[in-house]
Amino acid sequence: MSGRLSPRLLRSLLPPLSLAALLIAIFWLQPRTMSYFGLNLLLNLAIPIALATIAQMFILCVNELDLSIGGFVSLVACITATWLHDTPLLGIAALAGLIAAYAALGALIHLRNLPSIVVTLGMSFVWLGLAVLVLPTPGGNAPEYIRTLMTLKPAYIPFPIIASVVIALVVHVGLMRSAHGTVLRGAGGNPRSLECAGWSLLKIKMGMFALAGFFGVLSGMALVGLTTSADANIALRYTLLSIAGVILGGGEFVGGRVSPIGAVIGAITLALAGSFLSFLRLNPDWQIGAQGAILIIVLALRVLIGRAEARK
Amino acid sequence: MTGVATLIRQPWLWAWVGALVVWLATAVFTGGKGSGEVLSAAMTFGAFFVIVALGQMFVITLGPGNVDLSIPACMTLAGTVAMKSMDGASAMIPVGLLLALVIGAGVGTLNYSLIRLLRIPPIIATLSSSFIFQSAAIWWNRGLRVKPPEALADFTTAKIAGVPVIALFVVVLAILGHVLLTRTIYGRGVVAIGQNMRAAHLAGVKVERIRAATYIMCATLAGLCGYLLAAFSGGAALNMGEEYLLSSIAVVVIGGTSVAGGFANVPGLWGASLFLFLLVTMLNTFGAGAGVRLVLTGLIIIGVIVAASGGKART
Repeated sequence: MSGRLSPRLLRSLLPPLSLAALLIAIFWLQPRTMSYFGLNLLLNLAIPIALATIAQMFILCVNELDLSIGGFVSLVACITATWLHDTPLLGIAALAGLIAAYAALGALIHLRNLPSIVVTLGMSFVWLGLAVLVLPTPGGNAPEYIRTLMTLKPAYIPFPIIASVVIALVVHVGLMRSAHGTVLRGAGGNPRSLECAGWSLLKIKMGMFALAGFFGVLSGMALVGLTTSADANIALRYTLLSIAGVILGGGEFVGGRVSPIGAVIGAITLALAGSFLSFLRLNPDWQIGAQGAILIIVLALRVLIGRAEARK
Repeated sequence: MTGVATLIRQPWLWAWVGALVVWLATAVFTGGKGSGEVLSAAMTFGAFFVIVALGQMFVITLGPGNVDLSIPACMTLAGTVAMKSMDGASAMIPVGLLLALVIGAGVGTLNYSLIRLLRIPPIIATLSSSFIFQSAAIWWNRGLRVKPPEALADFTTAKIAGVPVIALFVVVLAILGHVLLTRTIYGRGVVAIGQNMRAAHLAGVKVERIRAATYIMCATLAGLCGYLLAAFSGGAALNMGEEYLLSSIAVVVIGGTSVAGGFANVPGLWGASLFLFLLVTMLNTFGAGAGVRLVLTGLIIIGVIVAASGGKART
């Protein structure tokens, strides 16, 4: 019997359990959210955060850290709301260019052995600056097809839930279940042995950064689809949210230990934390603080489980 | 000759060279008009950067993963609480200062307890605690902007022969930091931990005690900076610490401190702070808009890092 509830299992169950606890608390406080419409409203804004968190996860997977993802998502949002709407070809080219820029960043960090924290720190200024140049004042329009997609009303299951499951599963299969994914994660676990086995670390880093850029682009587009307009500061807080989301979902800073499903769950948990507080009718001033507190509680639980694991 | 050779190898040299080049470029562009004022302003704003960067430098030197992300929230909290309790009364200045320092020390203690007890990576620990401090500041302040006591505001803007008093004060602080880093057991311990934590532990360095002291000192300095900055800018604002998150890290790294830990220097902090401020001023004088300014700032930070790294292969 005890084998079934091993600490290892508990550890992987922690992210979904925290999310479930939070959801139950929200349902209990505000039963009206337990409906198609309520869930839709509750989880809508979690989609872009989940996508940004997946982007951050790819970077963390190769032992780097991206402090620019918030600025990047903002820039994508600005481009989506202006160029992609007015001149689609230019918009697509710009977004493709941004993904290429991310791959180039990966190459630069690897080739020159630069600290990713500092490089992405610099890039956060660059992305924000470009966003200001593209869209000096808040505004713009969401392209019709993105708007349609993000406001889909499928039968029975609200769109945000379907979207989250699809995102988590696609990345899970690609990164955790495929041969290529194993190699990519190996670059975080033991880069040297991977290199000895004949893989190019440069290509892996570039690939991972490009993937991060790709999901960053998706995040920005999804965000504009929800908000219908953009401004240069729209997603700056995503940087910290995305890091927190990955860790909350069971990821580690080093060693290539990440979990896509966990990351999506972590992002949704963080996004819901704010709603939870407003339903509690606590002071709205403590909204941000609640996200911090939830993060700390989950991490504390993880330590307790980790201790039990070590004792075995 | 050996003197020149040693000078060139100093990691902090490039920040100073950069600051000088940028200042000269501005001076040439304006025909030397207002260059003195620019320098004076750079010293004032640079001083605020140096205060927080000093603490961040010790934290970063502890080794990979050690970064204090709670600096902005700590500054805001210390600034708002101090301003509100002083309520503009000059007699309360020492009380306000003490409050700011105590809040800083408290923030640091909490940060370290999270790192130690929960074994969370410092980045996440300081990140999550910063959410709480930020909320506390919002809750305490309620959007009010309390004016600082006049005497304190005067102190932060006073100048002696064109040199801001606060810059002189921070120069002394930096010298103390330098002595602390290079001449004390504590400072050598920080560097030793950054180079190899296990070796440092085996060599008898009190690793945990030093880490605790470092995080507490960093947050205390952030509290001090929040106090002075709030006084300087006519009251505490909720977003006053925002730019200090990235700037504190940028200043430390541009100043020649290794982001991987184990190697630090204080003179580079001043050079990098002046460089960052003068850079923005230069771009302003050239008539660049906000967007161009941000892009160039970012590219130049990366450029400095690329140039300073020398492309050594990972070993």
